[in-house]
Amino acid sequence: MSACENSGGCGSEVVDPGRRDVLKFLAVGATMATGAACDLEGFFRKSFRELSPADVRRMTTGWERKYTRKYGKTVTVSEVGPMDGVKFGYGLDLSRCIGCRRCVYACVEENNQSRKEPQIQWIRVLEMDKAHGVDLNHSDIYYDAATVPQPGKFYMPIQCQQCDDPPCVKTCPVGATWKEKDGIVVIDYDWCIGCRCCMSACPYGARHFNWAEPSLPAQEMNPKTHVLGNRPRPKGVVEKCTFCIQRTREGLYPACVEVCPVGARKFGNLLDPESEIRQAMDTKRVFILKEDLATHPSFFYFYAT
Amino acid sequence: MLWMAAALALTLSSAGVIGTAIPPTQVVKVQKKEKLIEAEKPPFTEGIFPCSQCHNLKVNGKVNPTRRELQFHDEIQSDFHHDSENRWCLDCHDANNRDVLHLTSGAAVPFTESYKLCGQCHGDKYRDWKRGVHGKRVGQWNGEKTYFLCVNCHNPHSPRFKSLKPLPPPIRPSDMNRGKR
Ligand code: SF4
Ligand code: SF4
Repeated sequence: MSACENSGGCGSEVVDPGRRDVLKFLAVGATMATGAACDLEGFFRKSFRELSPADVRRMTTGWERKYTRKYGKTVTVSEVGPMDGVKFGYGLDLSRCIGCRRCVYACVEENNQSRKEPQIQWIRVLEMDKAHGVDLNHSDIYYDAATVPQPGKFYMPIQCQQCDDPPCVKTCPVGATWKEKDGIVVIDYDWCIGCRCCMSACPYGARHFNWAEPSLPAQEMNPKTHVLGNRPRPKGVVEKCTFCIQRTREGLYPACVEVCPVGARKFGNLLDPESEIRQAMDTKRVFILKEDLATHPSFFYFYAT
Repeated sequence: MLWMAAALALTLSSAGVIGTAIPPTQVVKVQKKEKLIEAEKPPFTEGIFPCSQCHNLKVNGKVNPTRRELQFHDEIQSDFHHDSENRWCLDCHDANNRDVLHLTSGAAVPFTESYKLCGQCHGDKYRDWKRGVHGKRVGQWNGEKTYFLCVNCHNPHSPRFKSLKPLPPPIRPSDMNRGKR
């Protein structure tokens, strides 16, 4: 049904913009009552995981057409699934990160996040005191020094930890978010009702809400998208890091890994002992964030020196 | 109202079966790709290589191996911070063939393999770099990739990282207009 809203001209204007999208179906009801031709199939479709591959393809082809029209460039919406024998893992070298935020903006561009109002950034970089060590209560994400790193400070980027026991998935009342075989926790943007239970359940602040229609300038839109990843989101849904699902399922490194100027970011297959992530885990001092919560993240912080 | 009830029923009934559903995205079989690894090119100043364009034994005669202040390569000499107290050009650059480097053993090393030279002192970094833990690779995590040489990130004459200007901090929620634009 969000597909319906996106296409415009569907009569979605009838909805009071201040209302929660949990009432979306009202809008559709109103739309249909006024007799406008709309994407009924999108509204009445089954949950993503109950669809046949053919149904999914039909759906993604529809989006491809719609986004291509909307953004004025050829947009692809991939639905490629997890690879056999692959479980993704991510490593972040705290002894290297200098807090430059290159990763933040590379992620925004790659993943079509809303630029402003609402501004959505899946990666947050925390500045902390070396003297205190990892102490989230005394961290600052708004640091704005002329240059980094600042003396006496260290930097800790945080994004979705792709937990093996994800509290967000457990809490979602409609099953709009789940964990895929390769370890990526995904969201079906059309199934999400925008209740934000998952946001309050996530101990890492990794989930972000589209309070308004996302602002995504057409010329900046990344046309290579995945249905469970960086395809344009409607207003009123939750989104988060997907390990760049549209890249990593094609074998590419995530965008943040490639942009980091100090090589602090490592990515690979946890089931392959030769992978960079496994090499880091096997040879360095590693920790996971908020281990006591037993979320079992696939994201590992380490110190290479 | 009827629509609302229908939609609600739909939402609830679908929610009930989620736990047992199978993802429709099919699992992709991957053959282990041939690991093609190539390196970035050494970052020469344009037009500077081959060095023998100027450092030509046939033209210039004998090499003077004594450590001294040179009358050329000013920008390198003025920003030389790599154990500058104890070292100078010919500790790494080969006296007799300026188009290559040399190890302490005297063995020649091409510029494309300068990591062997760096690894003589920085053995722990060299070891980590070979494993992919130090440094950076781009391309495919499961196949073809390009790795960066030590000198693609570190200026060999002044290897410490220069500090950077950070990109802008996020907008504070209090400064963000949440509802309307
Ligand atoms: S790009 Fe790299 S160094 Fe810069 S903040 Fe991100 S992880 Fe840290
Ligand atoms: S906001 Fe979160 S918990 Fe609520 S429906 Fe969407 S994904 Fe599920």
